[in-house]
Amino acid sequence: MPYPELMIKPMREEVTRLGVQEMKSVAEVDAALADGEGTAFVFVNSMCGCAAGGARPALAKALATAKAKPGKMVTVFAGQDLDATARVRSYFGEYQPSSPSAALLKNGEVVAFIHRHQIEGRSADEIAGDIVAAFETHCA
Amino acid sequence: MVLHPGHDELHGITVLIEGTSGRLYVGRWHERQERGVVMKDTAILEPGGDRDAWVAKLQKFGVPPENRLMVIPAEEFVSVEKF
Repeated sequence: MPYPELMIKPMREEVTRLGVQEMKSVAEVDAALADGEGTAFVFVNSMCGCAAGGARPALAKALATAKAKPGKMVTVFAGQDLDATARVRSYFGEYQPSSPSAALLKNGEVVAFIHRHQIEGRSADEIAGDIVAAFETHCA
Repeated sequence: MVLHPGHDELHGITVLIEGTSGRLYVGRWHERQERGVVMKDTAILEPGGDRDAWVAKLQKFGVPPENRLMVIPAEEFVSVEKF
């Protein structure tokens, strides 16, 4: 069940202020990802404080430090924008849904995936390191 | 750090639980109750399955949410570790 938008807004803005494009509809997801060209980073945002509270700061740190970045950076809010989230997950192939999570796609294929279980209990610096490593491996 | 007041340290964390039956459970720990452990989005490996291959697959591709909400009975619980 979606949360009150008032609660979600700061969490959306914590990501979009980094220059990450938010997608709230199936059409927006397809417009961003359907061409499958180049590199696209997808951040699956979440209300969950247990993990998302570390994931969003990690993304900020990663974008501030990475020497290479993907061609597109997009986000959906799981549990809130349900159709858009389901559509985004259709681009993840056999990778299972979790939130928060992050995927790096290259020419339409997932080349790196950070699952919720790889976010829980880790510091923002540690998670950022994984994001930076994915960027610098696949986007250089 | 527990961000949901009233829950224990493992709340919201993905864990691997071993059962007396030989089953393995990977899912999100919700809470421990007298009757057992309440888990969310849990995958189960039946006894005799290839533990290493199963764990490796879940590590790479994530945990399939085969059981949205379940209770692992207290008498089934052997051990828990972070996944």
